[in-house]
Amino acid sequence: MKVGVIVFPGSNCDRDMYHVLTDVFKVDAQYFWHEKKLPSNLDAIILPGGFSYGDRLRAGVIAAHSPVISDVKRLASRGMPVLGVCNGFQILVEAGLLPGVLLKNTSLGFMCKWTHLIVENNKTLFTNRLKIGQKIPIPIANGEGRYYADEQTLAELKKNNQIVFRYGEEINGSTMRIAGVCNKEGNVVGMMPHPERAVEPQINPIDCKPASLIFESLFNTIGVTH
Amino acid sequence: MSLEKQEYEYLEKKIGRKPTKTELNIVAAEWSEHCSYKSSKKHLKTLPMKGPRVISEKGFDSGVLDVGDDYIVTVHIESHNHPSAVEPYGGAATGVGGVIRDIISAGTRPIAILDGLRFGNIEKDPHARWLFKNAVTGIADYGNCIGIPTVGGEVEFDDCYSNYALVDVASIGFGKKDRLIKNTAQKGDLVVLLGGSTGRDGIGGSQFASDSLESENRSAVQIPDPFIEKLIIEAVLEARNQKCIKAVKDLGGGGLSCAISETADSLSIGIELDVDSVHTREPGMSPDEIMISESQERMLIITDKTKLETLQDICKKFHVQCSVIGTVKDNKMMHVKKEKNTLALLPANVVANAPLLDRPTKKPAYLKEIQNEKKLKQSSNLSLVLLKLLSSPNLASKRWVYGQYDHEVGIRTVIKPGYDAAVLRLDNGKFLAVKIDGNPKHCYIDPRHGAIGCFEEACRNVVCTGAKPIGMVDHLQFGNPEDPEIFWTFIEALKGLADFAKHFDIPCVGGKVSFYNETPKGPIKPTPVIGVLGLIDKKPLHTSASKGDVLILVGKTKNELGGSEYFEYIHGFVGGTCPKVDFKESKENMDAVLALFKKDLIKGAHDCSKGGLAVAVSELCMQNNVGCKVSLEKIPREKLSHDLLLFSESHSRYLLVAQKQNLVQIQKILSQSNVSYDVIGSFEGDQIQFKTDSANIIDLSVDKVQKRWLRSLEDLVLHG
Repeated sequence: MKVGVIVFPGSNCDRDMYHVLTDVFKVDAQYFWHEKKLPSNLDAIILPGGFSYGDRLRAGVIAAHSPVISDVKRLASRGMPVLGVCNGFQILVEAGLLPGVLLKNTSLGFMCKWTHLIVENNKTLFTNRLKIGQKIPIPIANGEGRYYADEQTLAELKKNNQIVFRYGEEINGSTMRIAGVCNKEGNVVGMMPHPERAVEPQINPIDCKPASLIFESLFNTIGVTH
Repeated sequence: MSLEKQEYEYLEKKIGRKPTKTELNIVAAEWSEHCSYKSSKKHLKTLPMKGPRVISEKGFDSGVLDVGDDYIVTVHIESHNHPSAVEPYGGAATGVGGVIRDIISAGTRPIAILDGLRFGNIEKDPHARWLFKNAVTGIADYGNCIGIPTVGGEVEFDDCYSNYALVDVASIGFGKKDRLIKNTAQKGDLVVLLGGSTGRDGIGGSQFASDSLESENRSAVQIPDPFIEKLIIEAVLEARNQKCIKAVKDLGGGGLSCAISETADSLSIGIELDVDSVHTREPGMSPDEIMISESQERMLIITDKTKLETLQDICKKFHVQCSVIGTVKDNKMMHVKKEKNTLALLPANVVANAPLLDRPTKKPAYLKEIQNEKKLKQSSNLSLVLLKLLSSPNLASKRWVYGQYDHEVGIRTVIKPGYDAAVLRLDNGKFLAVKIDGNPKHCYIDPRHGAIGCFEEACRNVVCTGAKPIGMVDHLQFGNPEDPEIFWTFIEALKGLADFAKHFDIPCVGGKVSFYNETPKGPIKPTPVIGVLGLIDKKPLHTSASKGDVLILVGKTKNELGGSEYFEYIHGFVGGTCPKVDFKESKENMDAVLALFKKDLIKGAHDCSKGGLAVAVSELCMQNNVGCKVSLEKIPREKLSHDLLLFSESHSRYLLVAQKQNLVQIQKILSQSNVSYDVIGSFEGDQIQFKTDSANIIDLSVDKVQKRWLRSLEDLVLHG
């Protein structure tokens, strides 16, 4: 199996994601520069965090028009698992692959802190090893991380079970404390917190199992067992 | 923007003719104090710079240390004080950018940033608050965007920085030894300028920084663009991987003038360049402007002709502009042309080596009086004093600051901001501890011992994580060096640092001198900032304390309240006896703590510094949500009153946390090591208590203190 990690100009969590996939979970991963074609034999696509195009104009909006995005859309429509983390989530939203928008945090500043998520939907390709209501200790690091959806979109999200993660505490003014959502089909997931930063006990004196289950759900989905 | 009369004469004599206008501009930029170190260079040689781990090559912009297993760590420190005092957002941001480029110049990937920030009294002065807030945002926006974690630093406020700002930035790089860029060049190689375009920003920046800040010369402040910097990092590292780089230099102070002359001089080559080949931000820039512009995010690369196409392809991939601006010659001349016309033709070694100065020194008059201790009345309520100190801007938690910095990106940050030193995971299984420390209050009262104290404090912090110090960088910030009294304080501080470095075998691998830090009210207090790197072979010590643990104090508490937070913040008194490091005691204590760490006998270590023992114990309690009872009678000390015991800032002291069952073994090792120590308390309950046999001297609820400590700085910045 092979996971593609997309790299945009200004991506800066691509190496971290690659490290976690290859060194921690020992799966095959490959970088794809945003101008490259994606092969259809990939098993999953991850859009990592960072500041694509320096967050100019609006986080994620320029990257959403990168050549690679049409491939991501095509493969996503065929059911391929796609995960967007932080800036990756912002890009997926801007590309229209996920509903809602991400606004500036209510603090108006960048926030880097540890928090925890509550799993709301364990039917997605990235959460099927987790339990509903399970807590995930995880850090956020963003300036535009406040998830917003209007009432109509919110009703849709609820109806289709598209709310994947919520924060366990009020953190940045997100609608319903939403931290991550998926598409109707559940194969495209976006989340603001960084699961790749929460899976190594050597780095963090916390329970790293829950965040690891996000990755293990993916491997479960595509048939790799650990 | 000109040369001193004797410098002009020296130049004329050296080149045997009158210099052209362009030549004058180039030389004035390069001979500025900022670029040339003309006042300090002679004296800096007293610092030990060699050691078994030090790798030194020609033209290095950063210090290089071998950390084993074919890996190296690079480090550099710089400041951006003048620009930050005028335009704090851009000044601080470009300060980060500049030091990062020094790290990539070695061919290493930057893995951490630390910043030391100093401003005026933010409790009283809204302008200081504005400077502080914007400098923090500038660092956050730049560091976060380029994806390099800001893992540590310090923030301090003092009246001496009113209407001014000190912004020091240190960066750490990491890489494979065999990828280190060695800096070589030969005739026929191409000189390439890579990165952002050259504009009219930062014109004369280095001279601006070499003068007292009298006018707000905003055009001398550079404009930050972190996105280009991020692309440059990737492009340079990719070019290094593809062996396209023979030599590289960051464009910083002095712009092209400095980069060209210093590269040519250090590699003993000549460089001929055409200003028309430089990609500029706007049309109509004069050749002189192009030569001295300090526009950011630019790198000078020397490449082999056969590698040019690969280099251009890499730049194209990353959307980074690059121009071939010149060629390498063998005549050791710096030759600047515009098409066919020669604008400057100077021996590179003349440009790169300003005539050095021997500035006079004189012991400052104020020092005679200042060390006299004033009899101060001990406050009757020391609980209140401690609470006040813990919520003071200098001692309160800096969470509001580091919470805006991405300190996790890179997934290396094992010990995060808010503790003694930051610790980073390296790829060879080892860990690197880093810390920067300064203490202008001590240095003002006693420049030599104050500077030694900063050095020892940084070492102590690193030791508290279980690391052995392996190298240091120094950033020496003083007022106008033409004033003999100020220059004396510089020399004294430097002597202290050299003594300590030699005694402890810690090589100085880099540094910077920043003079002319003058505010409208006069010079700043001497502010050397010392960065120390330490290496840990096994898992670092992540301090924790819980109920039932015991608290041990290693080191003597002495009558040293001079320059303490207690004297200055509580009593408004500047003066007294500055804490002095006893080298023998320092070494013994350091070794003893490391020995206990090696044997896994301690759960944590925390150094006693600003605010003294009372503050250090409170920090342990607040960080671990646990109370502590300390017996004042147990503290190893000279005979002292309670406030002295609690707030003296004596050096070489470590608080150790341990489980009771390890106590016997710990005591055995400490006794054998011949260090002063005692078990001074135990972690229990929910109160911070300092007691004598007969009375409670301090009694505060952890919860209450913690709230104040965590919130007070943020409240002050956001609500005034």
